[in-house]
Amino acid sequence: MSTLDWEAGTVKGSWRGLVLPVAALAVWWIVSRGAQAGHGVMVSPAQVWDTAVEQVRSGALVRALSASLARELTGFAIGTGLGLALGALLGISKLANRAIAPSFNTFKQVSLFAWIPLISVWFGLGDVAKVVFLSLAALVPVVMHTSDGIRAVPVNWLDVARAYRYGRLQTLAYVVLPAALPSIFTGVYLALIYSWLATLGAEYLLVAGSGIGNTLVDGSEQFRMDLVVFGVIVVGLTGWALNALARGVQRRWFETSRAA
Amino acid sequence: MTTAIGQDSGLTLRHVSKRFNDDAAPPVLDRIDLSIASGEFVSIVGASGCGKSTLLRLIAGLDGDHEGEIEFDGKRVVTTDLSRGIVFQDHRLFPWLDVAQNVAVALRNAPLSKAEKARAVAEHVELVGLKGYERHYPHQLSGGMAQRVAIARGLVNRPRLLLLDEPFGALDALTRSRLQLELQRIWERERITMVLVTHDVEEAVLLSDRIVVMQARPGRIGEVIDVGLARPRKVGDREVAGLRDDIVDTFFTEAA
Repeated sequence: MSTLDWEAGTVKGSWRGLVLPVAALAVWWIVSRGAQAGHGVMVSPAQVWDTAVEQVRSGALVRALSASLARELTGFAIGTGLGLALGALLGISKLANRAIAPSFNTFKQVSLFAWIPLISVWFGLGDVAKVVFLSLAALVPVVMHTSDGIRAVPVNWLDVARAYRYGRLQTLAYVVLPAALPSIFTGVYLALIYSWLATLGAEYLLVAGSGIGNTLVDGSEQFRMDLVVFGVIVVGLTGWALNALARGVQRRWFETSRAA
Repeated sequence: MTTAIGQDSGLTLRHVSKRFNDDAAPPVLDRIDLSIASGEFVSIVGASGCGKSTLLRLIAGLDGDHEGEIEFDGKRVVTTDLSRGIVFQDHRLFPWLDVAQNVAVALRNAPLSKAEKARAVAEHVELVGLKGYERHYPHQLSGGMAQRVAIARGLVNRPRLLLLDEPFGALDALTRSRLQLELQRIWERERITMVLVTHDVEEAVLLSDRIVVMQARPGRIGEVIDVGLARPRKVGDREVAGLRDDIVDTFFTEAA
């Protein structure tokens, strides 16, 4: 029911989301026409378009974007894998929770970027350092949502498992995990978004190699605003695509079988 | 049925007391003595806080740590067992499973083959009148239908004792009276022992052979009443209404 309403809402109201970007584009176009020609700060939409075409034609975009995405997915996979294991441990074992949770909660208070100096000393400025950083970014939300989701399983459902003589593993496999799955998925979804944001941060701060973050760095160093704007648009679209992908998976998996 | 009221069949509670952590407070249950013959339908009524649900959880084996003894079919109750089914007030269906899968939840540890389990599930879904709804998920069901599924789940193991903890308490009046009749029919057909906890005296009169009236602080048995009315009974019956009024007048007037 809710799915249908939601979808009808998007189809009917989707044009509204376009108002702001279109208006911004128009304002940009008008302002850049008025600006002095040759002045580097203000570029016109046409210049950015030319740059976009050139970046696509030369293969620079594909190279940068695929390097970034490969990094993002590697870090995401490692961080999510470790996060699921650690989160499950914290959720299931009271002992582990008491021993590890306080340290972990302190650890997550430290801003991710504060680890960059340490990571760069230990792992250099290359891909390894970046993937370590991204893994950290992905790890935190997965651990939080996995352990919270497991510990929030209603006692009432555990009663049902006990009434039917479920063993520890059966309770885990047939009650705890399915009940925690929506929360776990939220953690994984956040990990995907955070690790994409962190990809940019890593490429910006650990400057070596190629990536869409490096495209931005190059653009600003060469004072090529067209390249910078193009990079920002690509980053935004990629984030949007990752978000849409995760939402799509979520809808497919969860909304057919449960009420929101 | 030959050993209907034998020593080692049915349910026996001897001096069952239960207190929660606070030793100073009056016990939740104070020396409960009760025998229920196999095949009998017994209701436990009482105001909230009299410990009736706690008593049911002790019989189910979901709670332990009590004084006294609970015996079922000649064996001491120490933990849960598939021979003792339970239906809760909230249906407690799993939202990620459909109706048939939710009923099958009870059979995971039953010594049956896959085909036998499937047959048992189909039979019990039909028994509670939900044939055709096997593939529906809980959020697609009304409260009454969800509770029917919960009853099917409670029965599918063919337990010898079914414990019902205010199973119709959260339903609207119409659905409730329909499900009461259904339960009466199921009990007559299956002939298993049923213990129903309820705060609805009329429901107790309608369904029970005997009614156990409990009192609060400490939770104890006030009176055991033989119903002795002919079956099938209906809500409108004069005898049902009369006995309900008697019980309410005698035990629940000051409390209300």
